[in-house]
This record gives sequence, structure tokens and C-alpha cells, in this order.
Amino acid sequence: MNFEQSLKRLDEIVTQLERGDAPLDESLALFEEGTALIKSCGKMLDTVEQKVVMLRKGENGEPEESPFEGVE
Amino acid sequence: MEKRIFSVSEINNYIKNLLDSDVLLDGVFIRGELSNYKVYPSGHHYFTMKDADGAIRCVMFKSSANRLRFRPESGMKVIVFGRVTVYPRDGAYQLYVNELQLDGVGDLYIAFEQLKAKLEAEGLFDSRHKKSIPEYPDTIAVVTSPAGAAVRDIIRVLGRRWPMSKIVLLPVRVQGSEAPGEIAAALDYANRYKVADLIITGRGGGSIEDLWAFNDEFVARAIFASEIPVISAVGHEPDVTIADFVADLRAATPSNAAELAVPDRYELWDMLHALEARLFGNLSSRLSLYRHRLEAYSEKRVLKDPVNLIADRKVALDSIQERLTGAMRASVAEFRREYVERAAKLDAMSPLKVLARGYAIAENESGRVIRSKNDVKSGDKIRIRVQKDTIGCTVD
Repeated sequence: MNFEQSLKRLDEIVTQLERGDAPLDESLALFEEGTALIKSCGKMLDTVEQKVVMLRKGENGEPEESPFEGVE
Repeated sequence: MEKRIFSVSEINNYIKNLLDSDVLLDGVFIRGELSNYKVYPSGHHYFTMKDADGAIRCVMFKSSANRLRFRPESGMKVIVFGRVTVYPRDGAYQLYVNELQLDGVGDLYIAFEQLKAKLEAEGLFDSRHKKSIPEYPDTIAVVTSPAGAAVRDIIRVLGRRWPMSKIVLLPVRVQGSEAPGEIAAALDYANRYKVADLIITGRGGGSIEDLWAFNDEFVARAIFASEIPVISAVGHEPDVTIADFVADLRAATPSNAAELAVPDRYELWDMLHALEARLFGNLSSRLSLYRHRLEAYSEKRVLKDPVNLIADRKVALDSIQERLTGAMRASVAEFRREYVERAAKLDAMSPLKVLARGYAIAENESGRVIRSKNDVKSGDKIRIRVQKDTIGCTVD
């Protein structure tokens, strides 16, 4: 799941829990899923290094990536 | 036709209506030299434009004057765009100026206005064609010069706000005669190979000639044709190019484009923490609800004092036992009486009583009573039972 999907699922979980109509064991499963999502979203937000590449047309026309060093 | 007499304002209004209904005078470019240039405290600009043989009075209202990118002075050669109409109070016609550009760039300015009008008429600027910008783009294509300030600004801001997205730079020239073709080709290429889910194209600030590639029709049509949403980011805040009108979103500067392209991860941290708080808050309130319910149960006597319950049950059990024992005793007594009675009857009929009177019973070896001579044969061992003993015999 990417960030957007994770955040959407997390929102669903919290909303469902707040409705309070799920039985306790189901709620606990949702809670566990929610904490896992928070963890993975937090990990994504913690990304330090951004990938920056230069894209040029290769010999057969397909895109070819090379590292971009142009930023000091 | 009868000659009638008009008032001054009637004739002024008549002339005004004549001029206002003229198509040419409604929007006209005029080249000339500024003279007697004055800025009034109201913010409106008053001046005269002249050439070798004539002059025309001009006014530029504050709203238009605010868009000026330089301070006009008397003596400057300029091209203006505006409409000619009558100012009835003075009985003088004058030019209401909307745009004022230095001459020399005048041709570019006219070309800009003409292309803008053409593409607008074709619907390229319609809001219904604007694609929405993805909220969390995975890959962002940047179509600009790899050497300019723009690419540095974009990478710096994207890195600060949203380093999770990948940046793909498609290097192009952004000024000179080759620039428009390269920019348009890079936009097409990015779409053909779907290299990103968002495109930023633009450049840093410069003169109107420097920015001209982004007023090119090819670039405008490539932006319009792009399936991938495009953010334009050309020059500084007041610079407006054709690319800005066609793009799905116009950014004031390249840094601003990066801000519009991605969310701020620190805001998302806050959002995530809020969701976390709701998640935990919900569970703990749920648990405390259960705890209360549990406590309510434990208030009941059964759970609070189990010994008591056992005592109760014990009493009940005792009384049942009591009744059971009583009933049993009674029936045992009854049984015993009956037994004695029957035993007496039985005793009277007992063969042992007969033996006591001197009779004997003959049995074979298996204990069967011998009732006739045929029950035995010679040599059989038999027993004779008398009152107290048994006597072994052999049949002759």
C-alpha cells in the first residue's frame, strides 16, 4: 500500500472504531491494523533521501535514467 | 429634418455613444512617446502620448497600473492597449489604458495577445479541461534546464516537504530558438512513456524575451495535450505566460510549484498523530466501558461473595439430605418388618425343619434330590442329608 491508500484505510479504521458497533475482538484486530498502518505511514514520512534522476532518451527511444548531480 | 437645439451634455453624450459603438476604438494598440506623466494620490496614472504630429490624453486606472512591471516616465517609447472614449465633463476624448509595455518588446507583446486570444477562443484555457493534481504524487517529472535556478529550487522544496516522491528531470533548454521545440518534445515524451504522475515545467525569472519559450504555441499545445497534469512555473509572480493559462495549475514561481505539487510531510505527521490519538482514545474508552460493565457485574452478590452463595446452597442441600435420610429410615423399618414376617413364613416351610424331625434327603453328587430308583444306578456316590450332617454312601 502506498501512503495515500494507507492513510485512507487508517481513516476508515478510526471511523469504524468510533462508530463502536464492532465486537471487541474485531475492534482489537482493527486497532492492531491501525497501529501497523501508523507505523508504516510514519516510516514513509521519515524518508530522508529523495531520489532524483535525469531522464534521457536512450538509443532505442526508451527512457534511460542517470544520476543527477546538478544540485549543490 | 428640423434643426433642434441640444444641450452641451447631450451633444457630448451623443459623441460618446458614437465612439463607444466603434469596434476599432474599443480595443486598440497605440505606439507613441510618454509625456507629462503623473501619478495621482488616488493611484490613477494620467499622461499624454504623442508622436511628431499629434497627442492624445490618457488615463490608466489604479487596477491596471498595479500590474505594471516598471515605472513609466515621460520620454519613454511605449505601446499601450486600451479603448478610446469621451470624458463628457471636459468634452474631450481620451484613451483608457489597460496595458502599457515598453516599445521594442512591442511586437512580442502583440504576438502574446494574439496567441492568447486565439487559444482562448479554441477553449484551451477552459477550466473544464483542467486535470486535478494528484494529492500524493509518486513520481514528478520536471521539464526545465538542468543548470538553472528553477531546478535547484524545485528539488530543494520537494526534498523538504515530500522526499518520498521520485524526481525525474527531463533536461531541456528554456531559452533561445530551440527551447520551445525541446520543451514540447519533452512533454510529449513524458506522456508517451508515462514517466510520472505529475509534471512541473518552467524556469526562473528573466526578461520577457528570456521567458518567451513559454509563450510559444507548440509548448501551449503540448501542455494542453498532456494526459499527465501539468503545473507551470515561469519566472516571478507578475510574469504571466501562455503556458500559465493552459496549464492545469499555475504556480507563481518554481518554488511555489513544488509547494503546490506535494503535501507538507510535517502537516501529515500532525494528521497521523491526530489519527493515532483517535485510535488509541477509542480503544481505551472502549476498554474502560468494558471495565465499568465488569465492575457492575462484580457488584452482584454472586461474584462479590461466593462463600455466601455456597452457604445458601449448603443449607438447601442439608435440608434435602435430611428429608432423604428420614424417608430412607422409614422405608428401611418397613422393609425390616416385612422381612421378619416373611422369614418366619419361610422358616415354617424350610426343609431343615423336616430334617429336624428325623427325615433325610438323598442327593446325587451334583446336589440333585433323588426321588426314585431310576435317578441312580449301582456304584453311584450319593449323599444323605440329615439334620446336622451329610453322610456319603454308595448305591449297591
